[in-house]
Amino acid sequence: MKKVVNVKKHRKIDVKILCVYVILTLYTLYTLYPIFLMIITSMKANLEIMKNPTGLPQTFSFQGYITLFQKENFARYFANSAFVTIVSSLILLVVSILLAYALSRYLSRMSTFLYFFFLAGMMIPLRLGLLSLNDLLNSMGLIDNLWGLVFIYVAQNIPFTMFLLTGFIKMIPTSMEEVAYIDGANTWQVLWKVIVPLIKPAIATTVVYNFIPIWNDVFFPLIFISSKPNRTLIQAVTLFFGQYATNWNLVFAALTVACVPVIVVYICCSKYLIKGMMAGALKG
Amino acid sequence: MKRSNWTYCAFVLPAFLFYALFMLYPLITSLGLSFFSWNGYGAKTFVGFDNFVTLFTNPAYSERFFGALKNNTLFFLYTIVLQNGIALLLAAFVNMRRMRGMKFFRSIFFIPCTLSIIVVGYIWTLIYNPLWGPLNFGLNAVGLSALKQPWLGSEKTALIAVAVANAWQYTGTPMIMLLAGMQAIPDELYEAADLDGAGAWKQFWKLTFPLIAPVMFIISTIVFVSNYSAFEIIYAMVGSTGSPNYATDILGTFFYRICFGQRLGLQPNMGVGAAIATCMFLIIGVGVVLWFRYYGKDSEL
Repeated sequence: MKKVVNVKKHRKIDVKILCVYVILTLYTLYTLYPIFLMIITSMKANLEIMKNPTGLPQTFSFQGYITLFQKENFARYFANSAFVTIVSSLILLVVSILLAYALSRYLSRMSTFLYFFFLAGMMIPLRLGLLSLNDLLNSMGLIDNLWGLVFIYVAQNIPFTMFLLTGFIKMIPTSMEEVAYIDGANTWQVLWKVIVPLIKPAIATTVVYNFIPIWNDVFFPLIFISSKPNRTLIQAVTLFFGQYATNWNLVFAALTVACVPVIVVYICCSKYLIKGMMAGALKG
Repeated sequence: MKRSNWTYCAFVLPAFLFYALFMLYPLITSLGLSFFSWNGYGAKTFVGFDNFVTLFTNPAYSERFFGALKNNTLFFLYTIVLQNGIALLLAAFVNMRRMRGMKFFRSIFFIPCTLSIIVVGYIWTLIYNPLWGPLNFGLNAVGLSALKQPWLGSEKTALIAVAVANAWQYTGTPMIMLLAGMQAIPDELYEAADLDGAGAWKQFWKLTFPLIAPVMFIISTIVFVSNYSAFEIIYAMVGSTGSPNYATDILGTFFYRICFGQRLGLQPNMGVGAAIATCMFLIIGVGVVLWFRYYGKDSEL
């Protein structure tokens, strides 16, 4: 009797689990299909996009990609985006490490004030200050200049980077630094030789977490970058869409190219990215 | 750190300068700009609350402003229901006991969040294309051609179509946050619930949900802030005019047209633009304050 009940219960659970797997698989297809669509559309002839929009192309064509790099200067836009993303990530990292170290090791009312002062910026979208930012960049000669974007992205991402790094540094016991001080190291050396190696995972998280929105941003380039050679990749894709509204395979080749760096970063570092995500959900 | 004020200042100063100059200063002075009248180049003249009066009472602006506010609120509600509803469901499924492949599903569902909003907008523009878009094509293929729509061209469906694309992209973020919250719940609580004879459904609503409610709250404030400052998804899918007939016009696109409308052949009015930004700031401020009170509580230094 007892055995029968067990078997029955087991079967019931299996059906339930099976249903859940079916639902999750369907949602997986729903998640992946639009990305698949983007890639196959980039390899179809225009006529085929209209005749057979959903399936695989009959013949794979890479003409769109060749046109992008040979005629449309996409290598230049790619380099612009890479410059902005890498330089702003580096500056962001250095200033945030210094800030986070000072705030977490020099406890005072000043530090508490500064912590909340910076934290407040984590949620406020900088785009609300667009008009003054426009005036400011104008007066500094940074309109239509990639450095203008770099400074914007650094300022915008300091709060989250500071928040994450401060949390990590505070978990490190001070005894290790004290040993280094006794050995005659100064604050600068202690920071880079003792602390930074210990918070490498946190640094990786902030780098990956900041990389994606900086690379993907189109709002500030759209407003502040006007000349063609200064366009970022996503901005070029955006303006491309208006220009070649009828040439879908070229547009989708451009979209695919724009996705490659973030997808590569995601595949290599999804662990760090998800950690950053969770740090946002759970305090500390 | 050695107690030297000079070192402290030197460490704080670089970040402070970037943050104060490129973030704080523009945000604060932009609020001030809403009390001035200027066309973007010439001199600014102080006009008090005139820009706000114009925005709220001059039909040329007020009609669009309240329309955008309404659409923005609808957009927020659609997103909350679609994105958070689906995310909660997926997280609950993935977190079920005896489920395998949690990490696999988690990393798949997060992929769209890494794409640029522009890319997502254009892919969905293709999906919704009335003539050869896969959506209408698919409806035809399964014999539901009666449901075919010009999804982005009809006033009835355009905003919800954009919200679906937006939710497709961002469902992964709340799902991961909720999942993290669910995994922080100790197993003993579920074991105790098992002993009390509570079924999976009851366990979810009586045990899991109350414990992840704070995460849900944080997610909702984040969605609130990002939806009321949204711009790119509308710009990519239907353009900054919020077509058709302003059915998808939200505060972000309205603000863009008033300030940078010269690209569309409109006369910019920076004063009214600043007034719109101030209104957006006040709305978003509610979300920021709620978020900050929650975050600030325990993250004391």
